[in-house]
Amino acid sequence: MAQARKVELPLSDRILRELRAGDNLLLTGTMCAARDVAHKRIVEALQQGKSLPFDIKGAAIYYMGPSPARPGRLIGSAGPTTSARMDTYTPCLIAAGLKAMIGKGPRAKEVKDALVQHGAVYLGAVGGAGALLSQSIKKSVVVAYDELGPEAIRLLEVEDFPVTVINDIYGGDLYEEGKARYRIKP
Amino acid sequence: MRQIDVGDVAETVAHLFEHSCHYLPEDVLLALQHARGREKSPAACDALDKILGNIVIAGKEQIPLCQDTGFSIVWLELGQEVHLTGGDLYTAVNQGVHQGYIEGYLRKSVVSSPFSSRVNTKDNTPADIWVDIVPGDKLKIIVMPKGGGAENMSRLTVLSPAQGRRGIIGFVVDRVDESGANPCPPVIVGVGIGGTTEKTMMLAKKALLRKVGEPNPDAEVAGMEKEILEQINRLGIGAMGYGGSITALAVHVETFPCHIASLPVAVNLQCWCHRREEAIL
Repeated sequence: MAQARKVELPLSDRILRELRAGDNLLLTGTMCAARDVAHKRIVEALQQGKSLPFDIKGAAIYYMGPSPARPGRLIGSAGPTTSARMDTYTPCLIAAGLKAMIGKGPRAKEVKDALVQHGAVYLGAVGGAGALLSQSIKKSVVVAYDELGPEAIRLLEVEDFPVTVINDIYGGDLYEEGKARYRIKP
Repeated sequence: MRQIDVGDVAETVAHLFEHSCHYLPEDVLLALQHARGREKSPAACDALDKILGNIVIAGKEQIPLCQDTGFSIVWLELGQEVHLTGGDLYTAVNQGVHQGYIEGYLRKSVVSSPFSSRVNTKDNTPADIWVDIVPGDKLKIIVMPKGGGAENMSRLTVLSPAQGRRGIIGFVVDRVDESGANPCPPVIVGVGIGGTTEKTMMLAKKALLRKVGEPNPDAEVAGMEKEILEQINRLGIGAMGYGGSITALAVHVETFPCHIASLPVAVNLQCWCHRREEAIL
């Protein structure tokens, strides 16, 4: 495995062009944690021309709802949730400027098409590794929908947050390529 | 009659959920280490290293292994010579879930009004509680916090008896293939065959309670488990779907007699983060 590459968030156009499916990255910078209900509300706000609780231009969204922080900690367990549930809302967000999504599991064709069309990437974090991933989160602030508990929108400051490029801007897909490489035909 | 106070049931349930969300059973850990030893794919090995690293951090730092601390499933094997005192058993189990999820800083992932307002119940209740009456004077409590990602990939079908063994294997392997990276592979595959539709779903889930990789005592069923596992591990999905040769750690099949017209088959997938724990009162 090639060593993970350190990259800054937000991802620059140059970095986006250099990334390929299968690359391991360590992300440093700001990302926004949002999942199911938050996505529904963000899309509704965009459609109504209302302002969003964070700047979507160039943003990275992490599909994650953490467990509660123990006293003295800033967050609990913080691994990715299944991305497919956000597929309905995602093309609209990519069109509005979203550049990176972090989650787990394959995306719909409409999402993959939007990634290529608008030059955005889909990154995978290791599902179930919420304790390990939480170690890379240095700050966590709820910025909207606090009443949703684990589904509230949070801004996260991360340092060397480990991810793998699943879908790059050229249509590369690690899930497809990885499976094809190791599949033994009957 | 031996008396058991339901307050003790609540305390035990609370402890079991909190502990199980931080520590994996030994057999699951060994199966993951064994998978890492056999895997050749660099991307899958990297994912398995993160998985194994996560297990160490969770225990040491007291951070739940996975943020999805699940829907709370509780099986009670109640000895018929036990007299439960001090209140209602189901209320006590839910009280235990309430306590365990709040005091253990576990995520509350349950919402009421499932197709409309979906309001969080804020303590992960109600639990999914199943009671079996068994001989003896003990109460066995088994808990499984079941994450949504893997549970969502579960399926039920009713095959024609003519489809037989081959039909069953095809259904199970296809289900794992279609699920891909979603259920957080390497998975444990619970399979129920026979009974009625609800019976076979429960067989599939209860199959997950067996120690990982322990074969069914029936040689014919064990042979099928082995064959399904081999086929699944030829799919190429690998850890986290990054491509590899270990997509499942084990396949556990449970069977039950069924109607002459039916062949129900259920699949319940479990993520690598297979949390389960039990205690006996």
